[in-house]
Amino acid sequence: MPKLTIDGKEIEVPAGTTIIQAADKLGIAIPRYCYHEALPVSGNCRICMVDVEKMAKPQIACYTPVAEGMVVKTTSQKVIDVRKAVLEFLLVNHPLDCPVCDQAGECKLQDYYMDHGKYDSRLDDVKVKKEKKAISLGPTVMLDQERCILCTRCVRFTDNITKTHEFGVFDRGDHSQLDLYPGKELNNNYSGNVVDICPVGALTDKDFRFKCRVWYLSKTNSVCPGCSMGCNITVEWDRSRPHQQKKARVMRLKPRLNPDVNNYWMCDVGRYAYPSIDENRILTPQFKNDLISWEKAIAMIAQAIMPLRNEKRLDKIGVLASAQLTNEDLFVIRKLFKDTLKGAHIDFKMPEQSGKSDDFLLKADRNPNTAGALAILELQDGVTQQVIQKAKEGQIDVLYVFGQDLVKLFGKVTVEQIAKKVKLFIYQGSNINDTCSYAHLNIPSAVYAEKDGTFTNVQKRVQRIRSAFLPLGEAKGDWEILSLLSQTLNTPIVYKNSKEIFKDMSATITSFSDMSYDKIADQGMILK
Amino acid sequence: MEKILSRRFGQENSHRLENYLKDSGYEGARKALTQMTPAAVIDEVKKANLRGLGGAGFPTGMKWSFINPANPKPRYLVINGDEGEPGTFKDKYIFEQDPHAFLEGVIITCFAIGSHKAYVYIRGEYLKSIARLQNAINEAYQNGFLGKGILGTAFDLEVVVHQGAGAYICGEETALLESLEGKKGFPRLKPPFPAVIGLFGCPTVINNVETVACVGPIIYKGAEWFAKLGCEKNGGNRLFCISGHVNKPGVYELPNGTTLREMIYEHAGGILNGRALKAVIPGGISAPILTPDQIDVKMDFDSLKAIGSMAGSGGVIVMDDSTDMVWAAMIAARFFAHESCGQCSPCREGSGWVYRNVKRIFDGEGRPHDLLNLPGIINNIGGNTICAFGDAITMSVGSYVTKFRSEFESKIKRPNPI
Repeated sequence: MPKLTIDGKEIEVPAGTTIIQAADKLGIAIPRYCYHEALPVSGNCRICMVDVEKMAKPQIACYTPVAEGMVVKTTSQKVIDVRKAVLEFLLVNHPLDCPVCDQAGECKLQDYYMDHGKYDSRLDDVKVKKEKKAISLGPTVMLDQERCILCTRCVRFTDNITKTHEFGVFDRGDHSQLDLYPGKELNNNYSGNVVDICPVGALTDKDFRFKCRVWYLSKTNSVCPGCSMGCNITVEWDRSRPHQQKKARVMRLKPRLNPDVNNYWMCDVGRYAYPSIDENRILTPQFKNDLISWEKAIAMIAQAIMPLRNEKRLDKIGVLASAQLTNEDLFVIRKLFKDTLKGAHIDFKMPEQSGKSDDFLLKADRNPNTAGALAILELQDGVTQQVIQKAKEGQIDVLYVFGQDLVKLFGKVTVEQIAKKVKLFIYQGSNINDTCSYAHLNIPSAVYAEKDGTFTNVQKRVQRIRSAFLPLGEAKGDWEILSLLSQTLNTPIVYKNSKEIFKDMSATITSFSDMSYDKIADQGMILK
Repeated sequence: MEKILSRRFGQENSHRLENYLKDSGYEGARKALTQMTPAAVIDEVKKANLRGLGGAGFPTGMKWSFINPANPKPRYLVINGDEGEPGTFKDKYIFEQDPHAFLEGVIITCFAIGSHKAYVYIRGEYLKSIARLQNAINEAYQNGFLGKGILGTAFDLEVVVHQGAGAYICGEETALLESLEGKKGFPRLKPPFPAVIGLFGCPTVINNVETVACVGPIIYKGAEWFAKLGCEKNGGNRLFCISGHVNKPGVYELPNGTTLREMIYEHAGGILNGRALKAVIPGGISAPILTPDQIDVKMDFDSLKAIGSMAGSGGVIVMDDSTDMVWAAMIAARFFAHESCGQCSPCREGSGWVYRNVKRIFDGEGRPHDLLNLPGIINNIGGNTICAFGDAITMSVGSYVTKFRSEFESKIKRPNPI
């Protein structure tokens, strides 16, 4: 393993490592446009040049492999001059439209100009005009050729990651332009990623364009609930400007690096599913047509359960949980309905709820926590069908549904019948769906972005989600609602927070043993 | 003076095999294939002090010896006949006038490096060259000089002609390889050099047409003879392409080390209309321009390098005292701006910027601070790019600004408005 020195700091790295990789390990920031860790090296932007002892000319850090005893300087005058020169060239034909550019605030031209540029303009000549400005490339991405610095990250992404080959650089010299190949459209399930990797404002997201200046955004680490892959994301939100975007809080989702799960990427299905966080929410407990208080709602459920408990007919309770719930929610469900109200029928697996999968990140199972639900609830197969059947036949008095749209799954007729036969049909969920109008009692619960907790993905990796903001309206977290219910039933299951539940869970369930929020950290931990 | 490369130029049907054979054609190849080992051939070429005549002047024998014999992959010889350097038109003469002499060099070179397939990349506009060479290749196949079992030996060789599509950058050897592979002509990052990973990922030697044309005579007549023709470390003769304000422009075969003065005033007949010399580009447009006080320089790679220019492709462009040097600089800058491939940012953006800047000065729109800024902008390109094209902009355009600064100054009439 060669040992080298960068800016006086020594590091030993595997042979074949490039200078920029070694510097990244040391936390030494080398500017970059074309270099991206997950893409093949192109070496075209020239901003990453560093001074290597015994070499006459500065070398590009993204391509130069380390060598034993190498001495690299990233802040010498030569390097400072080169960075300035390269920036100046990149900006010669770049329009000064930052005030109307969506990238402003997260633009590497702006950032590096402040870090390494700060020269006075020497340009007296007319900039090269390019043909396409604000051109739609497909359903998700817009192109502005003049802003493009031709780093070819997007070209390499579509060539090497999706292998869909939509992008090319056409023409020559300073008339080179990024474009799609003739007849192509940028319409693959990963197209949004080219916006993420574009270091400038050339590729912007149609969904996000002009919605919000990026400096208003707060960012919360989370996990995409769109499928069982559990891609790591940041939920990016803004509560300071409620007059904009119909009070929506979440502006966009961005993938977050996790080399073991999604690397730098996420799919468009997951990326653009966020509006449900703010739209179409259940905001208040509701019994039939009346908005009611939480106390009344909880009391109503308790009153329906208590006689069954007294009569020892807990088998008249049917619980349809969901793999959309967090491990913590599911653990409280287990404690309440499996351990405390023993005999209740409980399941979370629903028939044919899968969507299309692809060979990359998107999985057919569109639930983020199937593996967790299996591990926590430890269920027999086919209970869902039994519950539905029994409910139809009047053998279920209390049907407690968590977020499952029964109308979509079992049809209107069945749900109509159930609503007639069941004494209390409870729907606890975050968003309004067709089932809500049949349920007797609708209970508003929080969405993932309002929850602290964990999901277990298809790799059985337990990953943290974090609450970005408080639940909308009067909604509460699922486990908190159940905790209230347990107290009203005089069998209190009380936790201070989800961390405490997790602690209890790791002490109770073997597959979670030895885990804690601290250990899970940002990269997750695999179930035993 | 003994001519080698151009000895058969102008003879009737010099391009036909029958005439080449009458002129001891393919005897060098016969000698190499039947009497010598590949190592001995390489050794001979090393001793001949043959340098790469495409422009870089790299020792040819040494380049061949970079091919690792342990590498099991096929090896390729690629001939760079893209000849796009303005002021250069020598390879065209070889292809048209003596294609068999060139092919003989190809055979010996392939034998030396152990290659069984050679690609000849020819500038797209050279239609006659392509036709003549293809014809010569066909003749060679029919007469056992190419194909299986050449000259009765076990050595096989195929030669393929590839027509370029008109980009100057495809004369840069790795861009040429990309183009040959069917991709856009973008220079590659180096290392690896082509001798390790070249065409189709295999070890490859890339030689210029003229370089390879020297190989036959070297083997036939011996390295010592060849080395003596030139000067120290720079053996043999060279085809110099003299153009511009001279009485007799054309291709002249002269020994390496001939002075520029001799070339202009003796061989090319002096300056047109008896005018005075103002400037001369010694080795294609990329070479820094020289002033009249520098023309006693010997025209070999090392001597020109010593005075801050380069021998380059052998394209000598002569300018008389009627030449507007700002105009000449603008023409050079326009060429570079037009031909920059656009891959890396300093060259892509810088080439156009420099051109527009010089053009503005030429158009009388220059300002005093332009002359403060321009050299810096030009200097920021060279040394910071993927290939030598960026260096060429800096060296070439930069030399006009440095050496003829007063002409630039006189164009800037308007005072700085600020």
